[in-house]
Amino acid sequence: MTEPKPNEIVFKKRLSENTLRIEVVAPLIAKKAQPGQFVIIRVHSRGERIPLTIADADAERGVITLIYQEVGKSTYALGELEKGEFLHDVVGPLGHATPIEKYGNAIIVAGGLGTAEMYPIARALRAAGNHVITIVGARRKDLLVMVEEMESVSDEIIVTTDDGSFGRKGVVTVPLKELVEEGRADFVITCGPTIMMKFVAEATREAGVPTLASLNPIMVDGTGMCGACRVSIGGKTRFACVDGPDFNAHEVDFEELMMRQKTFCDFERKSLDLWLEEHPERAQSGG
Amino acid sequence: MTEEHKGKTAENTETSEKKKEKVGPDGLTKRDRLKIKRHAMPEQAPEERITNFLSVVHGYTLEMAYEEAQRCLDCPRPKCIDGCPAEVDIPAFIMEILKGDLEESYRILKADNALPAVCGRVCPQEEQCELTCLLAKKGPVAIGRLEQFVAEYMLDKYEKEPPKVEKIIPTKEKVAVIGAGPAGITAAADLVKMGYEVTIFEALHKPGGVLNYGIPPFRMPRRILDAELGSIEQMGVDVRCNMVFGKTITHEELLEDGYKAFFLGTGAGLPTFMGIPGENANGVYSANEYLTRVNLMEAWDFPNADTPVFVGKNVVTTGAGNTAMDSARVSRRMPGVEKSYIVYRRTRNEAPARNEEIEHAEQEGIIFKYLTQPIEILRDDKNWITGMRCIKMELGEPDDSGRRRPVPIPDSEFEIECDTLLVAIGQRPNPIAMRSIPGLEISKWGTIVVDDETMMTSVPGVFAGGDAVVGASTVILAVGHGKQAARAVDAYLAEQRGGS
Ligand SMILES: Cc1cc2nc3c(=O)[nH]c(=O)nc-3n(C[C@H](O)[C@H](O)[C@H](O)COP(=O)(O)OP(=O)(O)OC[C@H]3O[C@@H](n4cnc5c(N)ncnc54)[C@H](O)[C@@H]3O)c2cc1C
Ligand code: FES
Repeated sequence: MTEPKPNEIVFKKRLSENTLRIEVVAPLIAKKAQPGQFVIIRVHSRGERIPLTIADADAERGVITLIYQEVGKSTYALGELEKGEFLHDVVGPLGHATPIEKYGNAIIVAGGLGTAEMYPIARALRAAGNHVITIVGARRKDLLVMVEEMESVSDEIIVTTDDGSFGRKGVVTVPLKELVEEGRADFVITCGPTIMMKFVAEATREAGVPTLASLNPIMVDGTGMCGACRVSIGGKTRFACVDGPDFNAHEVDFEELMMRQKTFCDFERKSLDLWLEEHPERAQSGG
Repeated sequence: MTEEHKGKTAENTETSEKKKEKVGPDGLTKRDRLKIKRHAMPEQAPEERITNFLSVVHGYTLEMAYEEAQRCLDCPRPKCIDGCPAEVDIPAFIMEILKGDLEESYRILKADNALPAVCGRVCPQEEQCELTCLLAKKGPVAIGRLEQFVAEYMLDKYEKEPPKVEKIIPTKEKVAVIGAGPAGITAAADLVKMGYEVTIFEALHKPGGVLNYGIPPFRMPRRILDAELGSIEQMGVDVRCNMVFGKTITHEELLEDGYKAFFLGTGAGLPTFMGIPGENANGVYSANEYLTRVNLMEAWDFPNADTPVFVGKNVVTTGAGNTAMDSARVSRRMPGVEKSYIVYRRTRNEAPARNEEIEHAEQEGIIFKYLTQPIEILRDDKNWITGMRCIKMELGEPDDSGRRRPVPIPDSEFEIECDTLLVAIGQRPNPIAMRSIPGLEISKWGTIVVDDETMMTSVPGVFAGGDAVVGASTVILAVGHGKQAARAVDAYLAEQRGGS
């Protein structure tokens, strides 16, 4: 067998209809990656730069794990790459690592793909001696990803689905509020859809529970060079790629972030439609 | 060179009888030369060029280059060289044009400057070599255009028939160059020629720095840029992209890996915002983001290239440096744009951009609003920019920089309707690389502090140059620093060797 080369995809698995897990050879990144950091990848020579959280890193094998959802042209094109094929570019690890300390009861609130991003953080928090309670939410059962993995690194796990097809019916903030009221929340970290993170911030604000939100604004370079990723934190502008991606959730202007995330949505739609026209087989499966 | 390309020669002038005067390789005397007028640059017409991203200038033809070269007096003590931070042997390369040996002319250019095609196109020659040219008052020799001509002529030729490049076999220590902008490229090229084993670590996915992400293809065609950048790899420099120094690899790791000296050419890539209300509105970009999307990521060719850029009908750019001109001129070329404004708080006289860039912008129909200061960005309920509130300014007393300070005129506020705003009011150095080296001294402006002579930082063996040291400046200054630092690295390593 030949030695795997940098940027080679050495493992690929579909976790749900549109969610995939890949392992990519990136020895320098794998050696340094810490929970909460991300990479920027490009699929081909005229591709976009897309930020993806490092869901896991194996320094010995020199590989990083990326979990992503097919939502636009670039991620669909990424989904076409098979084991043995190569990403065009991978750069990282970028951003600050999540601060891991012994907080006591550490609650993780993850929605959708955010679960994958929280996996290394849950593991690190637990290793630091925290009692880790994970709340995972999704719209439907089939959209839940990595629940088993999360369970293996949490002391308690609560799953919610909007339609009740798995776990508790309802949204993640209901069990979160219960924990806060019971005094079982010393630290909260959340990752997922911006609107969910906004409600998580509201749920812990009054009780003053320290809460971090891992933000996912639009990015280009990921090194502080463009300001595409700017977010308002406590009334001040910050660059999420270099100052974050984690910020005090109680200070984040989530409304502005949600509106900024929509800047290019018409273009993204157009790009995806063109791609799906060229790939009719994928148009049927999801889109 | 063939007969018909020779332009004016001794035969077609009446001067051959004046035997005592100095006669050049083309048979002309000084008096003949003084009669020839500076050749204008052939360009795309403004109304045509605003519809494309192709080069604005066509470049001289061989005939024009020959005739322009004939204007050079080949001064015994040439002043033009003093005006060039890269100390290019200007009369020598021009004389080779007259001799018809463009290969040798190119070799002379490349001996002192790894980026002649780039410099020919983007240097402010009017403030440098062409300012100190003896003919400056009458119309200096078009040194920049000749440099561009020779470099592009040879790059074209080499593209068709690649030259035999001797890859230099390194015999000396490993040197790490951080950043593949003009400063880093130059330092790397000089060091590899001296026999060092040179690796460039570049954060982005392509080398070039500002040349690639900032300067638009209509000023710096990418085919030419890629060819010029590619030549340093042919020389044996290992260019490694997607390497963020301080993140992907560190100073300490590279030391362990046997690198004996470092050159930081990390530029001034951190955008500055105005700090006025509404600046995070949708449709407001730093010039860096906008230009990166369009130039590096090729958003001008969306959806063939994947990266999009939103540009509306009325685009305002604030600032009046080269970055601002490039932003406004890119906008003029984007489909759907009706008006492209430049809003600047001082006047044309104080504008830091090259005069040529301002002229080009004016020709292209950019609307200049001088003595105007933005004070607030207006938004709709979806966070999209709808306009900008501004205040009129007048020039008051000179400030520290010697320029007259703009002061607001009371009750002169007005609004400009716009749906896109590009903030081009300056850049500072990116701190990632410098903060990762313990003990590296940084100034209060965020630039790296170096010894003026040696370009060495406060950390032994770590050198720096270009925009990272002086703040946003010019390509040629970065080239000059790269050369200076390469010599200093060589001296430093020689000393280390001697000492051990
Ligand atoms: C839009 C625009 C137009 C301009 N027009 C002109 C002009 O017409 N004429 C002129 O003379 N000058 C012009 N300038 C200025 C000129 O481009 C710069 O002065 C010059 O490029 C500086 O060169 P540099 O090598 O110091 O830095 P840069 O060109 O900025 O290159 C720095 C490189 O370092 C990389 N880097 C940064 N941090 C790291 C890190 N941690 N690890 C690895 N790599 C890193 C960057 O990605 C970049 O590639 C212009 C500038 C801009 C922005
Ligand atoms: S992504 Fe460009 S500065 Fe953060």
